[in-house]
Amino acid sequence: MLKCVPYYILLFFICVSCSNKNVDTYVPTSSPLKIPQLFQDNILSPVVPTNNPQTIEGIALGKKLFFDPILSADNTQACADCHAPENAFSDTDRFSDGIDGFFSNRNAMPLFNLAWNYDEKFFWDGRVFSLEHQAFQPVTDPLEMHNTWMQVEQKLQQNSEYPNLFEQAFGTSTIDSSLVTKAIAQFERTLISSNSKFDKHLLGEATLTSEELNGFNVFMDETKGDCFHCHGSDKNPLWTDNMFHNNGLDATITDLGLGEITGDPADNGKFKSPSLRNLTFTAPYMHDGRFATIDEVINHYSEGLQNSPTIDPLMKKVAQGGVQLSAQDKADLKAFLLTLSDYEFINNSDFKNL
Amino acid sequence: MQRIVHILIFSLITLLSCTSDNDDTISQANATFNFSHNWDASAVTNTDFNTIQYTNANGEQLSITKLRYLISSITFQKSDGEIFILDGYNLVDVTNNTNLSFTPITTIPTGSYSKVSFTFGFNNDANYNGNYSDLNSTSWSVPAMLGGGYHFMQLEGKFIDNTTTETGYAYHTIRAVDNSGTTQEFEDTFFEVDLGAVTITNNAVFEIDMNIAEWFKNPNAWDLNVLNNTLMPNFNAQILMFENGQNVFSLNTINQ
Repeated sequence: MLKCVPYYILLFFICVSCSNKNVDTYVPTSSPLKIPQLFQDNILSPVVPTNNPQTIEGIALGKKLFFDPILSADNTQACADCHAPENAFSDTDRFSDGIDGFFSNRNAMPLFNLAWNYDEKFFWDGRVFSLEHQAFQPVTDPLEMHNTWMQVEQKLQQNSEYPNLFEQAFGTSTIDSSLVTKAIAQFERTLISSNSKFDKHLLGEATLTSEELNGFNVFMDETKGDCFHCHGSDKNPLWTDNMFHNNGLDATITDLGLGEITGDPADNGKFKSPSLRNLTFTAPYMHDGRFATIDEVINHYSEGLQNSPTIDPLMKKVAQGGVQLSAQDKADLKAFLLTLSDYEFINNSDFKNL
Repeated sequence: MQRIVHILIFSLITLLSCTSDNDDTISQANATFNFSHNWDASAVTNTDFNTIQYTNANGEQLSITKLRYLISSITFQKSDGEIFILDGYNLVDVTNNTNLSFTPITTIPTGSYSKVSFTFGFNNDANYNGNYSDLNSTSWSVPAMLGGGYHFMQLEGKFIDNTTTETGYAYHTIRAVDNSGTTQEFEDTFFEVDLGAVTITNNAVFEIDMNIAEWFKNPNAWDLNVLNNTLMPNFNAQILMFENGQNVFSLNTINQ
């Protein structure tokens, strides 16, 4: 009998290792992203990390944090100051000023449809992987909120509301930076823009004018605008490829963009293609906000291209300055681009600090 | 002592149960297709991109900055005419070093086949009767004004033009369409790549080579000074590409 004891012990451990832990764990309320029909029909599912599922409590916390200047060193600046809802979460200033009055050399990116950035490279130069990691940077950037995460954690921990909100969102009232960025990322993933006039046109709920339709054809015509290779189409409702290109802004590259991050000279001067949704609200344009109007942007591609070693091969007729659109085609292209603006998005109360 | 023997036997059985079954004969086999690329026998990977270092048949020096292409309809045909078409398609993306290996989820019976082939691009049924979210997401679709469907290949880069200026080229292949008349006229440009006969005895790996230089060589010496951009709506250019594509692919070896 004694000989069998080791086997019983072994059996016991095998059984124990397979048993469920019957410890009650708090689970916040699941709140999956509402995927728009055109997205569902045409493109891949959004990216939501398994370790940060969307929850009602997490999204609400993320929203509160997004609008709260508590994240900045002197309590004067919130995310929303440079990513304003009425501007599709971008900044009307060419360069945003941080709490110390310093300016970066990039224009604040608009925020929407971020869960459909499949490669998960964020910022104009793609320097951060994943939305959660993105949110770490502005808080400590000396040109932005100029804070330390230790200080942020302490302030939130001492706050009368936040510990309880973190408890509800993540099951712990002990606040750390990774939970802060997780909550913000959850809120940002809910910023879905899919109700522009052009979306409704594709769904048979709106009718485009002849100018807007011609503008769409200019956009899709390889002999005219040829915009679709990088900026989406009726089959890709993101209106961006989320890739990095040198679109011929400068003959001499000073801001290396992606090249600064990868260290590959072949990437110098490459920046992320921004979505063409919501252009009505997101001026100025380009990574450095150099163009104040859509007309200036169109003129750039039509006549203003500058050759450089890394200019994208899709930038054609560079020697002539670009694709040489007629005045009518330019006007129509602009009319079409404006149909991609989503007024329901910027007026959505879920996205405002009410 | 006896106890140690028991434990040893127990351990031995546990270990044996974890060995793989490679020695068994199988009746169904997986077919894997690996895609390698060269410029006239000189290997090309994405690490060779972005440098002007190749010379095409017409004498232009060029670089490659992007290469991706679609293959579909992998087909195994028996001598009695029975056909096995493997599900799925594959967008080979040399630029990002992804999808260079493709193993369809469907398997094939072991045995002798008189012909193995795949389609470069999509046949018309696949091209027009499917809406593929993965391909849409990577901006692979063709504008409706050119008939819709999908690109077959995007080969891009720079070349030194006849004014010694570094100039971009975008060698994009699609189904040829002529928009000059009142109605659109199409001509098929997908093509079958015949890999020959094979006897499948086990899971098989087909090593496929693409000689990129062939796209510029045979039978049409490609003049990039004339044909470098806006080739999608260029019916004649699409036919020339189709002709040059015929000898681009070759079977290197089959490992099984």
